[in-house]
Amino acid sequence: MAEQPREQWATRAGFLLAAIGSAVGLGNIWRFPAIAYENGGGAFLLPYLIALLSAGIPLLIMEYAIGRKYRLSPPAALRRMARPAEAIGWWQVVISFVIATYYAVIIAWAVRYVGFSVGQQWGDDPEAFLFGDFLRAPEAPSFLDGYVPGVFWPLIIVWVVVLAILAFGIRRGIERANKLFIPLLFVLFAALVIRAVTLDGAATGLDALFSPNWSELGNGSVWVAAYGQIFFSLSIGFGIMVTYASYLGRRADLTGSAMVAGFANSSFEILAGIGVFATLGYLATASGVGVDEVAGAGIGLAFVAFPAVISEMPLGALFGVLFFGSLVIAGLSSLISIVQVVVSAVQDRTGMRRMPAVLGIGGLVALVSVLLFPTESGIYLLDASDHFINQYGIALAALIGLIVIVWVLRQLPSLQQDADATSAIRLGHWWRICLGVITPLVLGWMMVDSLRSEFEDNYEGYSTGFLLSAGWSVAIGALLVGVILTLMPWPAGGEDIDLDMEAPADRKDR
Amino acid sequence: MSVSAIVMMVIAMLIVWGGLIAAILRLRAHPEPPEQMPPGTRPAE
Repeated sequence: MAEQPREQWATRAGFLLAAIGSAVGLGNIWRFPAIAYENGGGAFLLPYLIALLSAGIPLLIMEYAIGRKYRLSPPAALRRMARPAEAIGWWQVVISFVIATYYAVIIAWAVRYVGFSVGQQWGDDPEAFLFGDFLRAPEAPSFLDGYVPGVFWPLIIVWVVVLAILAFGIRRGIERANKLFIPLLFVLFAALVIRAVTLDGAATGLDALFSPNWSELGNGSVWVAAYGQIFFSLSIGFGIMVTYASYLGRRADLTGSAMVAGFANSSFEILAGIGVFATLGYLATASGVGVDEVAGAGIGLAFVAFPAVISEMPLGALFGVLFFGSLVIAGLSSLISIVQVVVSAVQDRTGMRRMPAVLGIGGLVALVSVLLFPTESGIYLLDASDHFINQYGIALAALIGLIVIVWVLRQLPSLQQDADATSAIRLGHWWRICLGVITPLVLGWMMVDSLRSEFEDNYEGYSTGFLLSAGWSVAIGALLVGVILTLMPWPAGGEDIDLDMEAPADRKDR
Repeated sequence: MSVSAIVMMVIAMLIVWGGLIAAILRLRAHPEPPEQMPPGTRPAE
């Protein structure tokens, strides 16, 4: 009776490239440089490295160990640990669902901006172009407004590409795509950085980024920012790494892989910091202002500051294609991993085959994304969902998940044994201390910190009604839907989970 | 660029990029043994 085992990565490099592709995303390019600049510049390196070693890599190792041990996606894996813990797994799956719906939209904008770079359609005022001509955003968010075809169609293309890659499966889809994406991303971004550091004023920008302000290290918020950056940029806490590791072979070196993935992610962040700040230095010099006046993060940095630079510099079109092309590739490789969490969770729990799962479940994510976000108020919805799902979705689910796994279920010793059995670097007491004490404390502090600022001022000055309906409800809704999915009777009954992910009907034939 | 900024940039590159190279070399030094599969099975594609 030949059984077909679970899908598996073809090579170790394939898994690593996919894990790196997932971790390296938009946040590496547009979040890290600004966070480092605002939190001590060169001195930020110290808390950042400590956060990488004491929280980032230990968490990666834990997620790899859970995925490889149970060879199941988060809900089913956590259910194997203890039945009620399944709810945390589904909570993470719903968070991934929400993130995927708006993350794809930013990739769609970047696709359009690759084209806009060539003709520099934004003219003299990239900000007015972005919000007015391109997104057609009203002054304040409203719930009944029209669709924006300029976002709608590229979004459809993004979803077709993502679902097509997922439909080919782990080896022929995700692994092959990342084997192409990651080297391509490196080449594009390296070319961009080389151009950036040779611009006039690049040194001014790099000076602003790397000048150390050591006194900042006494400031607790700088340390929270360092842990927050490591945490959000490594794609940990919402099931991606558990899912990807569930397709690993039994003999995979977990600790070594986590070290490579963790350092590769940070390596790209340093490269992005150099590229972004060299470019901002050029913009500041050309406009005769200080770097502090042009430094920014997120959408403003990518879709307002960079277009301004592209218009200013010789061969700007090429620079624009490199920059927005990098955003598209970095975003796609992350989006693929986020959607795979949802698809594989449903497959593991129902025994559904890959193709119907990708088309049905992945298609549902795409449908929600296409219905809600390419609208005139889509930008506001995106901004609020992103803020609340990050703070009270990813970070809170990670904190609760960690406390349950470490302190309630006391799983670390067995996970450590499992990781040590196949890894060249053995985990010591430090690993358990990092996960049991340091990481929960810092995550808890982050939570208190952000809750406090939430109640001091409305996020971005939005109305309380809008924040309740587009922010808090999304974050709280993710938890509630997670609990409902746990209580739902699944077709496979939850017990009869076949690791080969074939439909139960097929099993009878053998 | 000020001297302190240059020093911090070089240190950042050395530690993070050096860390990546060291991690890759360390992993390459320990190739994974081939997976033992029960007879008649092949990994799913």
